[in-house]
Amino acid sequence: MAKLEVKEYPTEPLKCWEQAKNLRKNYYEDYLRAHEKGGLRWAGGAWAFSAIPAGLGEDVYCITGEPYGATVAFFKDFAAKCHDATEAAGFPRTLCAYMRNYWGSILLDKYILTDGAVVDGYPAPDFIWQDHICCSHGKWYQLVRWLEKQKGKEVPMYCVDVSVGYPTDSDIEEYKINYLVGQLNDGIEWLEKATGRKYNDHLLCEAVWNEIKATSLWAEICALNQAVPAPLDEKTMYSLYVMGTLMKHKPECVSFYQTLRDEVEDRVKRGIAAVPNERYRVITDTQPPWGFLKIFREMEKYGAVSVGSLYTFGLIGMWEYKPDGTWSPRSIPPSKPQTREEALRAVVEWTIHKPEWAHFYLPELKTKMMTDIVKQWKVDAVLLHYNRGCEGLSLHIAENRFGLIQTGVPVFPFEGNMGDERDFDFAGTLARLTAFFESMGLKKLKE
Amino acid sequence: MITAGVDVGAKFAKVVILKDGQVLVRAKAPVGFDVLKSASDVFEAALKDAGLSRADVQRVVATGMGRNAIVHKPPINAEESVSEVVADAAGAHHAIPTVRTVIDVGAEEGRGIKVEGGKVKDFVINERCAAGAGTFVEAMARALEVKVEDMGPLSLKSTNTIPMNAQCCVFAESEVVSLIHSKVSKEDVAKAIHDAIAGRISSMVLRIGVEKDVVLIGGVALNPGFLPPLEKELHTTIIVPKFPEFVSALGAAVIAASPTR
Repeated sequence: MAKLEVKEYPTEPLKCWEQAKNLRKNYYEDYLRAHEKGGLRWAGGAWAFSAIPAGLGEDVYCITGEPYGATVAFFKDFAAKCHDATEAAGFPRTLCAYMRNYWGSILLDKYILTDGAVVDGYPAPDFIWQDHICCSHGKWYQLVRWLEKQKGKEVPMYCVDVSVGYPTDSDIEEYKINYLVGQLNDGIEWLEKATGRKYNDHLLCEAVWNEIKATSLWAEICALNQAVPAPLDEKTMYSLYVMGTLMKHKPECVSFYQTLRDEVEDRVKRGIAAVPNERYRVITDTQPPWGFLKIFREMEKYGAVSVGSLYTFGLIGMWEYKPDGTWSPRSIPPSKPQTREEALRAVVEWTIHKPEWAHFYLPELKTKMMTDIVKQWKVDAVLLHYNRGCEGLSLHIAENRFGLIQTGVPVFPFEGNMGDERDFDFAGTLARLTAFFESMGLKKLKE
Repeated sequence: MITAGVDVGAKFAKVVILKDGQVLVRAKAPVGFDVLKSASDVFEAALKDAGLSRADVQRVVATGMGRNAIVHKPPINAEESVSEVVADAAGAHHAIPTVRTVIDVGAEEGRGIKVEGGKVKDFVINERCAAGAGTFVEAMARALEVKVEDMGPLSLKSTNTIPMNAQCCVFAESEVVSLIHSKVSKEDVAKAIHDAIAGRISSMVLRIGVEKDVVLIGGVALNPGFLPPLEKELHTTIIVPKFPEFVSALGAAVIAASPTR
């Protein structure tokens, strides 16, 4: 193979990596051991209004379903057992892969920790606090209730209907806000009845403010990746954004993202690269095939680095279009909410602008955001994961491909599944990716 | 300058040797379990036909699914490998300079490639199932108990359209057996098989858009039963160059002649 001279940037590991690992480890263990501390456990999606149950006390621990499903997927042997269990129970393999992993864990009555250790006895939640962001999320916890009931446990559930669409201009219709705030007000009454605890509005205000700060901070961190060389690669970012999907309302999350933001800023100033031989920048879309993250290492052999995605930036990060047309971290409100009503309105107004809502309602807006990311993050090509495991985030993805191609952006689509390795052909995908990189004029730099 | 392209495909290894852009020799042979030996034997045969030794060939570029078996490995010692997509584009452009869309249907894969000046602009490859590839015809020929080379001419005798719905090579075989039991003629079944492949390939190629000139290459291009339904599905005329199964190897040889591309 011809030796190619490619500029090598300095690189170094993230200093806060261990902190990230410990935060995530503690999160799963806290949920498992909540009852030993006299605390409560709740379950719901990563986009659930997690700041609301925080008003029940500081000893209330949650487990969010999608990150748990992804954790299961990462450990392929355990994931295979979960798939077998859900299919044996009569559920088709075409359903949401995270949901099947989650149900499988309950059916097996086993709980997996972040190091892959499997604990006997799935820790049932004391209540479910969910929102209906897609068709799968609408049924997910209904089935969890049913599965727990088979084991003799009655789990109360509250769901928020969030089907108000994505705001297309700066003026959000008031009725949309009122519709959501009303449900959250009702939800607080429901939480008091379901748990027998008195609700604390001060804790609510703190949690809402934490969520706003944490999700804005994550966007700031992602914006720093516009630098060349990129200080972070997307494979690493997956391990960092996850904090926002687990505990966006907690002070630990804010504190961690502040530390991370400062460190990434420092990397940019010093020109520290995530991938030392960076010479080609891509973005992806939707969740990756979690059992095959090594595909990112294969890309690096060509000097290609994934600098993020709308998914990685916007699943938790909050963004907005600034007057100059740039897509930038959303400015946080001028002051912290002081009352329940202020807190609920603040969290609703903030959440409704989540860029990932556009997946469901406005494919053309999603294409625009992706196109703007391509420009601002100096991206050469887009790798689109036609993710058979997530109907929600794959919705309209072929339209997005078409829209990107029309603007002249090279696109490489590949089929796979975020949570079920049976739907991902690693060798075939790698062969096609090789062809794509070669067609872009890249040669392999190392084996 | 003398260069060579070696296409180590799923069923055959093909070699093209070029001298100053002109084809000196073509050779092909089936690929056995020992991929390196199969490719080496056909490469040696090609050299012998051309009256050359390996030292006379300045650069060898490998392509095809088995390409990595011959890179920096004697006796071929290919200097480099390229993917089939890149080789197809270069080879098709060398054969038909006006090409804008390449359709390559080989034993195991079907590919659609948008080309500009011999370079790839976009491409698509069939995923997982061989129901849109040459292996499918072979399997169906077995089911019909006819020789694979007779499948195309047989299908051209039919004027009936029998839909085949199976999206899987294995299930399609069951469907063929059902058609035989239903007393559908072999001619009609053969046509249904070619229509099905053409349908799968065309729906895939349409994803990248079809621009003329459209060129069909790969081993399946030698099958006369495949071209009419494909032209019908794509609503366009399609050019089949001479020696369509060698176009990928030709592209590799062309690339070998321009290492700084």
